[in-house]
Amino acid sequence: MAECHPVGFQWVMEAKARGATVIHVDPRFTRTSALADLHVPLRAGTDIAFLGGIINHVLQNEKYFHDYVVAYTNAATIVGEDFRDTEDLAGVFSGLDREDKSYDFETWHYEGGMVQAASGERDQVGSERVKESDGAGSDGARSDQARSDQARSDGDGSGGRKSRASGVKRAARGEAHGSGGAGISGEFETDETLQHPRTVFQILKRHFARYTPELVAETCGVPEETFLRVCELLEENSTPERTSAFVYSVGWTHHTVGVQYIRTASILQALLGNIGRPGGGILALRGHASIQGSTDIPTLFNILPGYIPMPHAESSPDLTTFVSAEKAEKGYWAELGSYLVSLLKSYWGPAATPDNDFCFDYLPRLTGSHSSFETVMAQLEGECTGFFVLGENPAVGSANAKMQRLAMASLDWLVVRDFSLIESATWWKDGPEIETGELRTEDIGTEVFFLPAAAHTEKDGSFTNTQRLLQWHHQAVEPAGDVRSDLWFLFHLGRRIREKLAGSTDERDRPVLDLTWDYPTKGSTDEPEAEAVLAEINGWDGHGTPLSSYQQLRDDGSTACGCWIYCGTYADGVNQAARRKPGTEQDWVAHEWGWAWPANRRILYNRASAAPDGAPWSERKAYVWWDPDEKKWVGHDVPDFSPTKAPDHVPPKDATGVAALSGTDAFIMQADGKAWLYVPAGLTDGPLPAHYEPQESPVANPVYPEQRNPARQIDSVVHPENRFQPSGDEPGAQVYPYALTTYRIAEHHTAGGMSRWSPYLSELAPAMFCEVSPELARERGLTHGGWAHVVTARNVIEARVMVTDRIPDLRVRGEVLHQVGLPYHWGANGLVTGDAANELTSLVMDPNVHIMETKALACDIRPGRRPRGPDRPALVESYRRRAGITERTGVDDTGATRTGGTA
Amino acid sequence: MTAPPRMGFFTDTSVCIGCKACEVACKEWNAIPADFPEGGFTGTSMDSSEGLGADTWRHVAFVEQRRPLGGQDPGVPRTAPTPHDVAHLDVLSLAGQGASSAPAHIPASPAEPGPAGDFRWLMSSDVCKHCTHAACLDVCPTGSLFRTEFGTVVVQEDICNGCGYCVPACPYGVIDQRKDDGRVWKCTLCYDRIGVGAEPACAKACPTDSIQFGPLDELRERADARLAQLHGAGIDEARLYGRDPADGVGGDGAFFLLLDEPEVYGLPPDPVVTTRDLPRMWRHVGTAALALVGGVAAAFASTIVTGGRRR
Repeated sequence: MAECHPVGFQWVMEAKARGATVIHVDPRFTRTSALADLHVPLRAGTDIAFLGGIINHVLQNEKYFHDYVVAYTNAATIVGEDFRDTEDLAGVFSGLDREDKSYDFETWHYEGGMVQAASGERDQVGSERVKESDGAGSDGARSDQARSDQARSDGDGSGGRKSRASGVKRAARGEAHGSGGAGISGEFETDETLQHPRTVFQILKRHFARYTPELVAETCGVPEETFLRVCELLEENSTPERTSAFVYSVGWTHHTVGVQYIRTASILQALLGNIGRPGGGILALRGHASIQGSTDIPTLFNILPGYIPMPHAESSPDLTTFVSAEKAEKGYWAELGSYLVSLLKSYWGPAATPDNDFCFDYLPRLTGSHSSFETVMAQLEGECTGFFVLGENPAVGSANAKMQRLAMASLDWLVVRDFSLIESATWWKDGPEIETGELRTEDIGTEVFFLPAAAHTEKDGSFTNTQRLLQWHHQAVEPAGDVRSDLWFLFHLGRRIREKLAGSTDERDRPVLDLTWDYPTKGSTDEPEAEAVLAEINGWDGHGTPLSSYQQLRDDGSTACGCWIYCGTYADGVNQAARRKPGTEQDWVAHEWGWAWPANRRILYNRASAAPDGAPWSERKAYVWWDPDEKKWVGHDVPDFSPTKAPDHVPPKDATGVAALSGTDAFIMQADGKAWLYVPAGLTDGPLPAHYEPQESPVANPVYPEQRNPARQIDSVVHPENRFQPSGDEPGAQVYPYALTTYRIAEHHTAGGMSRWSPYLSELAPAMFCEVSPELARERGLTHGGWAHVVTARNVIEARVMVTDRIPDLRVRGEVLHQVGLPYHWGANGLVTGDAANELTSLVMDPNVHIMETKALACDIRPGRRPRGPDRPALVESYRRRAGITERTGVDDTGATRTGGTA
Repeated sequence: MTAPPRMGFFTDTSVCIGCKACEVACKEWNAIPADFPEGGFTGTSMDSSEGLGADTWRHVAFVEQRRPLGGQDPGVPRTAPTPHDVAHLDVLSLAGQGASSAPAHIPASPAEPGPAGDFRWLMSSDVCKHCTHAACLDVCPTGSLFRTEFGTVVVQEDICNGCGYCVPACPYGVIDQRKDDGRVWKCTLCYDRIGVGAEPACAKACPTDSIQFGPLDELRERADARLAQLHGAGIDEARLYGRDPADGVGGDGAFFLLLDEPEVYGLPPDPVVTTRDLPRMWRHVGTAALALVGGVAAAFASTIVTGGRRR
């Protein structure tokens, strides 16, 4: 955190000054470790085992927050008889389709509960991204797997039309069910004594019993004493009187099991009673300013603003069907119709009427996963022919950078907007493939447009940070020359397209022509008023009066709102995000600094900060509580609960929506009002986290016989430039004997677009380097300050050698394991240049959110510089040959055949 | 009109996170040229600016030590030392061997095997000390260097003639000549900012308040309290550096809380104002001159005498 978020780290230092204990768990010793009370180095890619070990310790030693767990989590809920755990099935859960690498979650249900039927309709289509059968794609991109996938295609009958149609996996509700989790319904059986063998609590206990301190040591390389010290510190600090917070970044998410990392932390924090209480929680440090904002108002393919699911081609024929399928029966997601209709009114204004389903048909439809990496594959296959790159540098920052460039070389046109001439804009003339001869400029048909972009200081706008806080920033200077803001670009692009389409009678142009696209502009460049966009996001009623709360939204078309969770950010026509009242002039929760969604609430699920009877768990941690005299919830924050619903409220049997929540259903967005220790539906890769090794690992999984996540997303990215390495005990794995992790350093920002052109930042870290331990340096003959090259099955890069104790060796399964650390900031352009670490990483994904695995893989490292020209790919190929790599290596799972692990 | 109190910096290195925001903010505000390291890679831990100079007025040192702080334990006992190994992996000396040249071998083990993993990483933002007795100022023949109303020491760039006398005079090696310019440059304690009531750029940018700016008296009180707190927490090695008005430079206007010996951070252990002895030297010079004159006179007298005799 000190390394990548030094400004935010000031609050950690402040907490430390007030007595907080800071524990840092990270493979490398960073600036954070230097200031922590305890640094715990662990093997990259083993955090589920580490956290799972703590869960086991908490359960075995009865350190969980009993009353919280019983009242606010689904610990007492009984799971159906058909569920089989990893303990029963040698490391996988019931419902696994090996060939499909997907789970049927039917057996994961609560007893008596049903996952909403509509989701099942999505299963009738094929499960993987379907490859072309007409041979139009790049031959190089094809594989046997692709051909076999055709057999499972959804039978799209559109003749010669190129189709990427595919289904959403049966369990892939992660694609499409918004933030509330899967909708579930029915009357669930519970046992509040937690004794029934099929309660979530007992299942959890059995599932994690395997994660002993010994196993943690063997898997993570963390000595038992250190591990137990962490357990004790955390448990001692998680009581009615005290709370503990978790902070993570992409070190937890960029894995084939990334979502399950967060799930493990969620289980632990729910067991310890650290959610919904001040000082608790799980905080995601996002990679850029306002990445949280671009999830809320998404730049993602699978959700609409406010985490409303994107409709699907097969299962979302009309508004009513969609809403009834997606809304929850209980909790605030029951109002989905109001949120969605208000969004449609905000998009299409007067054109959206009850008679035309409020233009629901204008929304695009999913035909499967259209994630970033599937788009890369589609580009390589010639199916995706145009590409906008805004605020991103895939030629350096995305996994398998070479694939990213080759994909861009297959486009008809490419638009890059950035404030520096980044590698993604110049690969066609000076990229690594030009040097190796794999691409020739004159053969590349891509027309590349580079448009200079304004920095945040050159435009108005908002940042939404990790705790959902919107903070407005004002323009400080006019952008120079042709430089324009992204808002300017998108508004005027839309305006010009609409001008070109004006008068069209083609029905397919209606969604564009009917858009409300009338933002006021200012200045000589006609810059749109950013505040007008915020006002639209906030929403208004039929009279144009700004709304103040999402509870005002209606599904009859009388309200418009661009993002329901942001409703209130422009309440009373005032930009609430621009408030900057100093902390010294208000209470400690500081509601008058910026504005937090939803409803300016600073801690979500804060009903859980009080005991079931409504009294604070402790005076020290009192936050929101029930005032029996006033008969309402009061406290320091905006209560995240129906304001006058008494703690002892029992809803009538036939109640739905918010009214169906009881007085203790603190997790109001969940369909059962409970924090989910066990996920009966909604995750693609299991109802509970399980430690699987990364796609590529020098270590055989010490926890289960199953080496890798059996539901990882890999078949759709099999490609000659994306070969995978053997792992663990598999033959050839020793060719790539070292663990590799990638990361950021304080001096640079992500793929370098904002830092490698800044002299004052570049001079502080002028060269790409690799970090190795003194022992590894000795083993491989690496010279401090000299050069080394690092090899994976995808590519080879070179870097200066930093020999340091900051990358400690670990003892894993009885042997010393060396790790190689690589910052990923450099590329060929800018004031300081170097090879990009992402040349080495592969496209292999978490199946829930389609994120790449860049934080844990395996490599070899050799002294000296890498080969030049055609010798570069030749070296990579020689490694692949030595390791016996084929297109199926690391792709096919055989199940529990090897002897490793303990079944 | 009363003079403002003497202003200064207290840099508490125990909360420095090494983010280098001070270095960047200083360069931005003062429009200091970039200064890329020769060879492109220093290998000096995360330090690429390598020290204070004409183009680096704030410098963050990074010191990697195999000493306990916080209890990192990677579980791998270090191997016993071989005859070739040195006691510490001294990145400073390794870096001194040049960025691209190969050291004879990689020193890879601590002197003692076991208990594994003791390691700490010290960070410290260095700056001009704005000495109470500033030798640079004493030797400046043009008056370019002067003491401001805030008690800070500032170079006036339009007066400096590049004579360079101040460079060897500085006991800390801070003040430095810019290569293509000849004039000397150093921290001004943001004279142009503090004059309008703003704090210096580095202190403003520091996210953890490792760099604190204020009246020196207040800073000294704050530093004493912080030191007592650290000592109370058992961190006995914590010490203040440049705090003592009775030290060789009369105390620093910019002083530090360190977690180890000053030398570890590249600071002189017992700095003395290089002009301290000047008055005494001048007295000696005077005596010597008098003696010389006396001798000459005596010799002359003697010559006269002998000459007289000769005559």
